[in-house]
Amino acid sequence: MSQTYHLTTPLNETDVTQLKVGDIVYLSGVIYTARDAAHKKLVDLLDAGESLPFEMKGAVIYFVGPTPPKPGDPIGSAGPTTSYRMDSYSPQLINEQGLKGMIGKGKRNQEVIDACVKSKAIYFGATGGAGALLARQIKSSEVVAYPELGPEAVRRLEVVDFPLTVINDTYGDDLYTIGRAKYEVFG
Amino acid sequence: MREIEYKDIVKGVRDAIIYSGTNLPKDAYKALEDAYANEKSEVCKEVLKQLLDNADIAANEARPLCQDTGLAVFFVKVGEEVKIKGGSLKKAINEGTEQGYKEGYLRASTCHWDTRANLKDEIGYNLPAIIHFDLVEGDGLEVEYAAKGGGSENVSRATVFAPAKGRKGIVEYVKQVISDAGPNPCPPLTVGVGIGGTFEKAVISSKHALFRELGSKNEDPVLESMEQELMSVLNNLGIGSMGMGGTQTVLGVHIEKNPCHIASLPVSVNVQCHSSRHIKIKF
Repeated sequence: MSQTYHLTTPLNETDVTQLKVGDIVYLSGVIYTARDAAHKKLVDLLDAGESLPFEMKGAVIYFVGPTPPKPGDPIGSAGPTTSYRMDSYSPQLINEQGLKGMIGKGKRNQEVIDACVKSKAIYFGATGGAGALLARQIKSSEVVAYPELGPEAVRRLEVVDFPLTVINDTYGDDLYTIGRAKYEVFG
Repeated sequence: MREIEYKDIVKGVRDAIIYSGTNLPKDAYKALEDAYANEKSEVCKEVLKQLLDNADIAANEARPLCQDTGLAVFFVKVGEEVKIKGGSLKKAINEGTEQGYKEGYLRASTCHWDTRANLKDEIGYNLPAIIHFDLVEGDGLEVEYAAKGGGSENVSRATVFAPAKGRKGIVEYVKQVISDAGPNPCPPLTVGVGIGGTFEKAVISSKHALFRELGSKNEDPVLESMEQELMSVLNNLGIGSMGMGGTQTVLGVHIEKNPCHIASLPVSVNVQCHSSRHIKIKF
Protein backbone atom coordinates (compact mmCIF):
# COMPACT_ATOMS: atom_id res chain seq x y z
CA MET A 1 0.00 0.00 0.00
CA SER A 2 1.27 3.42 -0.79
CA GLN A 3 1.97 5.82 2.06
CA THR A 4 1.50 9.58 2.26
CA TYR A 5 4.29 11.85 3.53
CA HIS A 6 4.71 15.57 4.16
CA LEU A 7 8.34 16.57 3.60
CA THR A 8 10.24 19.86 3.71
CA THR A 9 13.34 20.76 1.69
CA PRO A 10 16.31 20.42 1.87
CA LEU A 11 15.91 16.64 1.92
CA ASN A 12 18.28 14.35 3.81
CA GLU A 13 19.04 10.66 3.52
CA THR A 14 16.39 9.66 6.08
CA ASP A 15 13.73 11.63 4.18
CA VAL A 16 14.42 9.87 0.93
CA THR A 17 15.21 6.31 2.02
CA GLN A 18 11.81 5.93 3.70
CA LEU A 19 10.05 6.51 0.37
CA LYS A 20 8.91 3.72 -1.95
CA VAL A 21 7.51 3.88 -5.49
CA GLY A 22 3.84 4.85 -5.52
CA ASP A 23 4.06 6.84 -2.28
CA ILE A 24 2.40 10.26 -2.27
CA VAL A 25 4.52 13.17 -1.05
CA TYR A 26 3.35 16.70 -0.29
CA LEU A 27 6.52 18.77 -0.55
CA SER A 28 7.06 22.16 1.06
CA GLY A 29 10.00 24.59 1.16
CA VAL A 30 12.37 25.89 -1.51
CA ILE A 31 12.85 24.07 -4.81
CA TYR A 32 14.72 25.16 -7.95
CA THR A 33 13.61 25.02 -11.57
CA ALA A 34 15.84 23.88 -14.42
CA ARG A 35 15.24 22.39 -17.85
CA ASP A 36 17.82 21.02 -20.32
CA ALA A 37 19.33 24.37 -21.33
CA ALA A 38 19.92 25.31 -17.66
CA HIS A 39 21.23 21.83 -16.81
CA LYS A 40 23.83 22.17 -19.53
CA LYS A 41 24.99 25.47 -18.07
CA LEU A 42 25.11 24.03 -14.53
CA VAL A 43 27.20 21.05 -15.63
CA ASP A 44 29.49 23.32 -17.69
CA LEU A 45 30.14 25.36 -14.51
CA LEU A 46 31.06 22.21 -12.59
CA ASP A 47 33.34 21.03 -15.40
CA ALA A 48 35.07 24.43 -15.29
CA GLY A 49 35.53 24.05 -11.52
CA GLU A 50 33.21 26.94 -10.70
CA SER A 51 30.48 27.13 -8.07
CA LEU A 52 26.76 26.68 -8.78
CA PRO A 53 24.14 29.46 -8.49
CA PHE A 54 22.37 27.55 -5.68
CA GLU A 55 23.23 24.95 -3.02
CA MET A 56 22.80 21.52 -4.60
CA LYS A 57 23.25 19.45 -1.41
CA GLY A 58 19.79 18.24 -0.37
CA ALA A 59 18.17 20.25 -3.16
CA VAL A 60 15.13 19.36 -5.25
CA ILE A 61 15.08 20.41 -8.92
CA TYR A 62 11.76 20.87 -10.73
CA PHE A 63 11.87 20.35 -14.51
CA VAL A 64 9.53 23.15 -15.57
CA GLY A 65 9.28 26.15 -17.87
CA PRO A 66 6.31 28.17 -16.59
CA THR A 67 4.05 30.50 -18.56
CA PRO A 68 4.55 34.21 -17.79
CA PRO A 69 2.74 35.28 -14.59
CA LYS A 70 -0.38 37.40 -14.83
CA PRO A 71 -0.01 40.73 -12.97
CA GLY A 72 -0.07 40.08 -9.21
CA ASP A 73 0.63 36.34 -9.46
CA PRO A 74 3.94 34.77 -8.35
CA ILE A 75 4.07 32.48 -11.38
CA GLY A 76 2.05 31.36 -14.40
CA SER A 77 0.98 27.78 -15.05
CA ALA A 78 3.75 25.44 -13.98
CA GLY A 79 3.44 21.71 -14.64
CA PRO A 80 6.35 19.34 -15.26
CA THR A 81 8.13 18.84 -18.57
CA THR A 82 9.34 15.44 -19.88
CA SER A 83 12.36 14.39 -17.82
CA TYR A 84 14.42 12.21 -20.17
CA ARG A 85 16.00 15.33 -21.66
CA MET A 86 17.78 15.82 -18.31
CA ASP A 87 19.02 12.19 -18.12
CA SER A 88 22.51 12.99 -19.32
CA TYR A 89 22.99 15.65 -16.62
CA SER A 90 21.18 14.31 -13.52
CA PRO A 91 23.61 11.51 -12.44
CA GLN A 92 26.49 13.98 -12.04
CA LEU A 93 24.35 16.29 -9.89
CA ILE A 94 23.14 13.36 -7.77
CA ASN A 95 26.46 11.53 -7.35
CA GLU A 96 28.83 14.48 -7.02
CA GLN A 97 26.71 17.36 -5.73
CA GLY A 98 24.19 15.74 -3.40
CA LEU A 99 20.99 16.50 -5.36
CA LYS A 100 18.23 14.63 -3.47
CA GLY A 101 15.13 15.06 -5.57
CA MET A 102 13.93 15.68 -9.12
CA ILE A 103 10.38 16.52 -10.17
CA GLY A 104 9.21 15.83 -13.69
CA LYS A 105 7.16 13.44 -15.77
CA GLY A 106 8.04 10.44 -17.92
CA LYS A 107 10.68 7.74 -17.93
CA ARG A 108 14.29 8.10 -16.73
CA ASN A 109 17.16 6.02 -18.07
CA GLN A 110 19.04 3.33 -16.16
CA GLU A 111 21.93 5.68 -15.29
CA VAL A 112 19.55 7.98 -13.42
CA ILE A 113 17.84 5.06 -11.67
CA ASP A 114 21.27 3.71 -10.65
CA ALA A 115 22.37 7.11 -9.36
CA CYS A 116 19.18 7.31 -7.23
CA VAL A 117 20.20 4.00 -5.61
CA LYS A 118 23.90 4.74 -5.25
CA SER A 119 23.65 8.26 -3.85
CA LYS A 120 20.12 8.14 -2.37
CA ALA A 121 17.88 10.39 -4.42
CA ILE A 122 14.24 10.32 -5.55
CA TYR A 123 12.60 10.97 -8.89
CA PHE A 124 9.12 12.37 -8.25
CA GLY A 125 6.33 12.64 -10.79
CA ALA A 126 3.97 15.60 -10.83
CA THR A 127 0.84 15.47 -12.98
CA GLY A 128 1.71 16.66 -16.48
CA GLY A 129 -0.78 19.09 -17.94
CA ALA A 130 -2.06 20.15 -14.52
CA GLY A 131 -0.19 23.44 -14.70
CA ALA A 132 -2.98 25.62 -13.31
CA LEU A 133 -3.61 23.31 -10.35
CA LEU A 134 0.11 22.93 -9.50
CA ALA A 135 0.77 26.69 -9.73
CA ARG A 136 -1.58 27.20 -6.77
CA GLN A 137 0.97 25.46 -4.53
CA ILE A 138 3.77 27.84 -5.58
CA LYS A 139 3.89 30.85 -3.28
CA SER A 140 6.86 32.76 -4.68
CA SER A 141 9.18 32.68 -7.66
CA GLU A 142 12.46 34.48 -8.26
CA VAL A 143 14.91 34.10 -11.14
CA VAL A 144 18.33 33.22 -9.66
CA ALA A 145 20.29 32.43 -12.83
CA TYR A 146 20.24 32.59 -16.64
CA PRO A 147 17.43 35.13 -17.19
CA GLU A 148 18.38 35.08 -20.89
CA LEU A 149 16.82 31.62 -21.13
CA GLY A 150 13.35 33.10 -20.58
CA PRO A 151 10.97 30.32 -19.50
CA GLU A 152 14.04 28.08 -19.07
CA ALA A 153 15.78 30.35 -16.51
CA VAL A 154 16.65 28.90 -13.09
CA ARG A 155 14.02 29.98 -10.58
CA ARG A 156 13.87 29.66 -6.80
CA LEU A 157 10.32 28.61 -5.88
CA GLU A 158 8.69 28.43 -2.49
CA VAL A 159 6.12 25.65 -2.52
CA VAL A 160 3.55 24.44 -0.01
CA ASP A 161 2.17 20.89 -0.11
CA PHE A 162 3.24 20.38 -3.72
CA PRO A 163 1.58 17.05 -4.72
CA LEU A 164 4.00 14.38 -5.95
CA THR A 165 4.20 10.63 -6.57
CA VAL A 166 7.42 8.64 -6.12
CA ILE A 167 8.36 7.21 -9.54
CA ASN A 168 11.93 6.03 -8.83
CA ASP A 169 13.02 5.33 -5.25
CA THR A 170 16.39 4.59 -3.63
CA TYR A 171 15.86 0.84 -4.09
CA GLY A 172 15.95 0.80 -7.90
CA ASP A 173 12.22 0.36 -8.46
CA ASP A 174 10.23 2.11 -11.20
CA LEU A 175 6.53 2.92 -10.81
CA TYR A 176 5.95 3.09 -14.57
CA THR A 177 7.17 -0.50 -15.02
CA ILE A 178 5.35 -1.86 -11.97
CA GLY A 179 2.11 0.04 -12.67
CA ARG A 180 1.92 -0.96 -16.31
CA ALA A 181 2.65 -4.65 -15.58
CA LYS A 182 -0.47 -4.71 -13.39
CA TYR A 183 -2.79 -3.57 -16.19
CA GLU A 184 -1.20 -4.77 -19.42
CA VAL A 185 -3.41 -7.31 -21.21
CA PHE A 186 -1.60 -9.63 -23.61
CA GLY A 187 -3.64 -11.05 -26.43
CA MET B 1 -15.52 38.19 -54.39
CA ARG B 2 -16.14 38.36 -50.67
CA GLU B 3 -13.92 40.71 -48.70
CA ILE B 4 -12.77 39.91 -45.17
CA GLU B 5 -10.98 42.53 -43.12
CA TYR B 6 -7.38 41.78 -42.13
CA LYS B 7 -7.98 43.13 -38.64
CA ASP B 8 -10.99 40.84 -38.13
CA ILE B 9 -8.83 37.81 -38.82
CA VAL B 10 -6.13 39.04 -36.43
CA LYS B 11 -8.74 39.54 -33.71
CA GLY B 12 -10.48 36.23 -34.40
CA VAL B 13 -7.23 34.29 -34.14
CA ARG B 14 -6.08 36.23 -31.06
CA ASP B 15 -9.34 35.63 -29.19
CA ALA B 16 -9.46 31.95 -30.13
CA ILE B 17 -5.92 31.38 -28.83
CA ILE B 18 -6.55 33.13 -25.53
CA TYR B 19 -9.82 31.23 -25.00
CA SER B 20 -8.27 27.94 -25.99
CA GLY B 21 -5.32 28.33 -23.62
CA THR B 22 -7.56 28.34 -20.56
CA ASN B 23 -10.68 26.39 -21.63
CA LEU B 24 -10.46 22.69 -22.31
CA PRO B 25 -12.87 21.94 -25.20
CA LYS B 26 -16.11 20.17 -24.24
CA ASP B 27 -15.21 17.00 -26.15
CA ALA B 28 -11.88 16.66 -24.33
CA TYR B 29 -13.47 17.38 -20.93
CA LYS B 30 -16.18 14.79 -21.55
CA ALA B 31 -13.55 12.24 -22.65
CA LEU B 32 -11.66 12.76 -19.39
CA GLU B 33 -14.88 12.35 -17.39
CA ASP B 34 -15.56 9.07 -19.22
CA ALA B 35 -11.98 7.91 -18.59
CA TYR B 36 -12.43 8.72 -14.88
CA ALA B 37 -15.65 6.69 -14.76
CA ASN B 38 -14.10 3.69 -16.55
CA GLU B 39 -10.61 3.65 -14.97
CA LYS B 40 -9.88 0.65 -12.73
CA SER B 41 -6.64 1.95 -11.21
CA GLU B 42 -7.05 4.15 -8.11
CA VAL B 43 -3.75 5.92 -8.83
CA CYS B 44 -4.90 6.87 -12.34
CA LYS B 45 -8.32 7.90 -11.06
CA GLU B 46 -6.55 10.39 -8.80
CA VAL B 47 -4.56 11.70 -11.78
CA LEU B 48 -7.76 12.07 -13.85
CA LYS B 49 -9.44 13.89 -10.98
CA GLN B 50 -6.50 16.32 -10.88
CA LEU B 51 -6.86 16.86 -14.62
CA LEU B 52 -10.58 17.64 -14.33
CA ASP B 53 -9.91 19.94 -11.35
CA ASN B 54 -7.14 21.57 -13.36
CA ALA B 55 -9.54 22.25 -16.24
CA ASP B 56 -12.03 23.82 -13.82
CA ILE B 57 -9.37 26.02 -12.19
CA ALA B 58 -7.99 27.07 -15.57
CA ALA B 59 -11.43 28.08 -16.88
CA ASN B 60 -12.61 29.78 -13.66
CA GLU B 61 -9.40 31.72 -13.03
CA ALA B 62 -8.38 32.22 -16.68
CA ARG B 63 -5.04 30.43 -16.20
CA PRO B 64 -3.36 28.36 -18.91
CA LEU B 65 -4.31 24.67 -18.65
CA CYS B 66 -0.69 23.69 -19.18
CA GLN B 67 2.59 25.61 -19.18
CA ASP B 68 3.33 24.10 -22.58
CA THR B 69 1.04 26.27 -24.65
CA GLY B 70 2.59 24.76 -27.73
CA LEU B 71 3.54 25.85 -31.16
CA ALA B 72 0.48 27.35 -32.83
CA VAL B 73 -0.74 24.97 -35.55
CA PHE B 74 -3.39 26.01 -38.07
CA PHE B 75 -5.37 24.29 -40.79
CA VAL B 76 -6.89 26.96 -42.99
CA LYS B 77 -9.53 26.41 -45.68
CA VAL B 78 -9.66 29.50 -47.80
CA GLY B 79 -12.26 29.94 -50.52
CA GLU B 80 -11.12 30.97 -54.00
CA GLU B 81 -13.62 33.83 -53.89
CA VAL B 82 -12.20 35.37 -50.71
CA LYS B 83 -10.11 38.51 -50.69
CA ILE B 84 -8.36 39.76 -47.56
CA LYS B 85 -8.71 43.53 -47.28
CA GLY B 86 -5.77 45.37 -45.74
CA GLY B 87 -3.10 42.67 -45.68
CA SER B 88 -2.22 39.03 -46.30
CA LEU B 89 -3.92 36.04 -44.69
CA LYS B 90 -0.65 34.51 -43.56
CA LYS B 91 0.45 37.72 -41.93
CA ALA B 92 -2.92 38.12 -40.21
CA ILE B 93 -2.71 34.63 -38.69
CA ASN B 94 0.82 35.26 -37.44
CA GLU B 95 -0.12 38.64 -36.01
CA GLY B 96 -3.16 37.13 -34.24
CA THR B 97 -0.92 34.36 -32.90
CA GLU B 98 1.60 36.81 -31.48
CA GLN B 99 -1.11 38.93 -29.88
CA GLY B 100 -2.94 35.92 -28.47
CA TYR B 101 0.14 34.32 -26.91
CA LYS B 102 1.46 37.59 -25.52
CA GLU B 103 -1.78 39.05 -24.22
CA GLY B 104 -3.03 35.70 -22.93
CA TYR B 105 0.15 35.20 -20.85
CA LEU B 106 0.90 32.04 -22.81
CA ARG B 107 4.43 30.75 -23.23
CA ALA B 108 6.70 31.64 -26.16
CA SER B 109 8.19 28.24 -26.97
CA THR B 110 9.81 28.68 -30.38
CA CYS B 111 13.58 28.52 -30.39
CA HIS B 112 16.53 28.16 -32.79
CA TRP B 113 17.07 24.50 -33.68
CA ASP B 114 20.78 24.63 -32.84
CA THR B 115 21.52 27.42 -30.37
CA ARG B 116 18.11 26.80 -28.70
CA ALA B 117 17.80 30.57 -28.20
CA ASN B 118 14.21 31.74 -27.82
CA LEU B 119 13.12 33.52 -30.99
CA LYS B 120 10.50 35.82 -29.45
CA ASP B 121 12.53 38.97 -30.05
CA GLU B 122 13.98 37.93 -33.39
CA ILE B 123 10.90 36.57 -35.21
CA GLY B 124 8.04 37.38 -32.83
CA TYR B 125 6.37 36.02 -29.70
CA ASN B 126 5.85 32.28 -30.33
CA LEU B 127 6.21 32.84 -34.06
CA PRO B 128 6.17 31.58 -36.70
CA ALA B 129 2.82 29.81 -36.58
CA ILE B 130 2.71 26.47 -38.40
CA ILE B 131 0.05 26.99 -41.09
CA HIS B 132 -1.39 24.43 -43.51
CA PHE B 133 -3.39 26.15 -46.24
CA ASP B 134 -6.01 24.46 -48.37
CA LEU B 135 -7.55 26.34 -51.29
CA VAL B 136 -11.22 25.41 -51.67
CA GLU B 137 -14.22 26.48 -53.77
CA GLY B 138 -16.52 29.21 -52.59
CA ASP B 139 -16.24 32.31 -50.42
CA GLY B 140 -15.72 30.77 -46.98
CA LEU B 141 -12.77 31.09 -44.62
CA GLU B 142 -12.35 28.47 -41.92
CA VAL B 143 -9.42 28.48 -39.51
CA GLU B 144 -8.73 25.56 -37.18
CA TYR B 145 -6.20 26.14 -34.42
CA ALA B 146 -4.48 23.78 -31.98
CA ALA B 147 -1.79 24.36 -29.37
CA LYS B 148 0.65 21.53 -30.02
CA GLY B 149 2.87 20.69 -27.06
CA GLY B 150 6.37 19.26 -27.30
CA GLY B 151 6.04 16.17 -25.10
CA SER B 152 3.48 14.45 -27.31
CA GLU B 153 5.07 15.69 -30.54
CA ASN B 154 8.40 14.13 -29.49
CA VAL B 155 6.97 10.58 -29.49
CA SER B 156 5.18 10.92 -32.86
CA ARG B 157 6.53 8.75 -35.71
CA ALA B 158 6.10 8.13 -39.44
CA THR B 159 7.19 5.44 -41.86
CA VAL B 160 6.51 4.12 -45.35
CA PHE B 161 5.59 0.45 -45.48
CA ALA B 162 5.52 -1.94 -48.41
CA PRO B 163 1.83 -2.43 -49.31
CA ALA B 164 1.90 -6.06 -48.09
CA LYS B 165 2.03 -4.82 -44.48
CA GLY B 166 -1.63 -3.79 -44.81
CA ARG B 167 -4.04 -3.16 -41.94
CA LYS B 168 -2.30 -5.60 -39.61
CA GLY B 169 1.04 -3.88 -40.10
CA ILE B 170 -0.51 -0.47 -39.40
CA VAL B 171 -2.13 -1.66 -36.16
CA GLU B 172 1.19 -3.19 -35.02
CA TYR B 173 3.03 0.02 -35.84
CA VAL B 174 0.64 2.28 -33.94
CA LYS B 175 0.79 -0.12 -30.97
CA GLN B 176 4.59 0.01 -30.98
CA VAL B 177 4.69 3.81 -31.16
CA ILE B 178 2.33 4.22 -28.20
CA SER B 179 4.00 1.43 -26.22
CA ASP B 180 7.43 3.03 -26.67
CA ALA B 181 6.03 6.43 -25.71
CA GLY B 182 4.76 5.10 -22.37
CA PRO B 183 4.23 7.89 -19.83
CA ASN B 184 6.13 10.59 -21.74
CA PRO B 185 3.40 12.18 -23.92
CA CYS B 186 0.98 12.78 -20.97
CA PRO B 187 -1.67 10.09 -21.46
CA PRO B 188 -4.60 9.61 -21.77
CA LEU B 189 -3.98 10.42 -25.42
CA THR B 190 -5.67 11.21 -28.66
CA VAL B 191 -3.89 9.27 -31.40
CA GLY B 192 -3.98 10.71 -34.92
CA VAL B 193 -3.17 8.26 -37.71
CA GLY B 194 -2.57 9.30 -41.30
CA ILE B 195 -2.59 6.57 -43.92
CA GLY B 196 -1.64 6.84 -47.57
CA GLY B 197 -0.73 9.75 -49.79
CA THR B 198 2.95 10.57 -49.97
CA PHE B 199 5.28 10.62 -46.98
CA GLU B 200 4.42 14.21 -45.99
CA LYS B 201 0.72 13.84 -46.83
CA ALA B 202 0.41 11.00 -44.30
CA VAL B 203 2.11 13.14 -41.65
CA ILE B 204 -0.13 16.15 -42.26
CA SER B 205 -3.23 13.91 -42.25
CA SER B 206 -2.21 12.45 -38.88
CA LYS B 207 -1.95 15.97 -37.52
CA HIS B 208 -5.31 17.00 -38.96
CA ALA B 209 -6.94 13.86 -37.50
CA LEU B 210 -6.25 15.30 -34.02
CA PHE B 211 -8.60 18.21 -34.73
CA ARG B 212 -11.61 15.90 -35.06
CA GLU B 213 -14.04 15.94 -32.16
CA LEU B 214 -13.37 13.28 -29.53
CA GLY B 215 -16.24 10.80 -29.36
CA SER B 216 -17.21 11.32 -33.02
CA LYS B 217 -17.42 8.38 -35.41
CA ASN B 218 -15.33 7.96 -38.54
CA GLU B 219 -17.47 8.27 -41.67
CA ASP B 220 -15.57 5.42 -43.31
CA PRO B 221 -16.78 2.08 -41.86
CA VAL B 222 -13.42 0.36 -42.41
CA LEU B 223 -11.55 3.13 -40.62
CA GLU B 224 -14.21 3.19 -37.90
CA SER B 225 -13.61 -0.50 -37.23
CA MET B 226 -9.83 0.08 -37.20
CA GLU B 227 -10.30 2.90 -34.70
CA GLN B 228 -12.30 0.59 -32.43
CA GLU B 229 -9.69 -2.13 -32.75
CA LEU B 230 -6.87 0.29 -31.95
CA MET B 231 -8.72 1.73 -28.93
CA SER B 232 -8.85 -1.74 -27.46
CA VAL B 233 -5.24 -2.65 -28.41
CA LEU B 234 -3.85 0.60 -27.00
CA ASN B 235 -5.86 0.51 -23.78
CA ASN B 236 -4.64 -3.06 -23.26
CA LEU B 237 -1.07 -1.70 -23.08
CA GLY B 238 -1.87 -0.80 -19.45
CA ILE B 239 -0.03 2.54 -19.56
CA GLY B 240 -2.85 4.53 -17.94
CA SER B 241 -3.01 8.22 -17.03
CA MET B 242 0.46 9.76 -16.81
CA GLY B 243 1.82 6.24 -17.28
CA MET B 244 1.09 5.17 -13.71
CA GLY B 245 -0.51 1.92 -14.89
CA GLY B 246 -4.21 1.75 -15.72
CA THR B 247 -6.93 0.79 -18.15
CA GLN B 248 -7.52 4.18 -19.86
CA THR B 249 -4.55 5.04 -22.05
CA VAL B 250 -6.31 6.61 -25.03
CA LEU B 251 -9.32 8.91 -25.26
CA GLY B 252 -9.67 8.42 -28.99
CA VAL B 253 -8.03 7.13 -32.16
CA HIS B 254 -8.69 9.22 -35.28
CA ILE B 255 -7.66 7.95 -38.70
CA GLU B 256 -7.50 9.87 -41.99
CA LYS B 257 -6.83 8.12 -45.28
CA ASN B 258 -5.51 9.20 -48.68
CA PRO B 259 -5.10 7.38 -51.99
CA CYS B 260 -1.47 6.31 -52.30
CA HIS B 261 1.16 5.28 -54.82
CA ILE B 262 0.91 1.67 -56.04
CA ALA B 263 4.31 0.95 -54.46
CA SER B 264 3.76 2.56 -51.05
CA LEU B 265 1.83 2.49 -47.80
CA PRO B 266 2.82 5.61 -45.83
CA VAL B 267 1.72 5.65 -42.17
CA SER B 268 2.07 8.43 -39.64
CA VAL B 269 1.18 8.51 -35.95
CA ASN B 270 0.77 11.94 -34.37
CA VAL B 271 0.20 11.89 -30.64
CA GLN B 272 -1.84 14.42 -28.67
CA CYS B 273 -1.66 14.73 -24.87
CA HIS B 274 -4.81 14.82 -22.71
CA SER B 275 -4.83 18.63 -22.88
CA SER B 276 -6.30 18.65 -26.39
CA ARG B 277 -6.68 22.36 -27.03
CA HIS B 278 -8.28 22.85 -30.42
CA ILE B 279 -10.84 25.28 -31.79
CA LYS B 280 -12.47 26.18 -35.11
CA ILE B 281 -13.15 29.75 -36.28
CA LYS B 282 -15.38 30.60 -39.23
CA PHE B 283 -15.16 34.01 -40.82
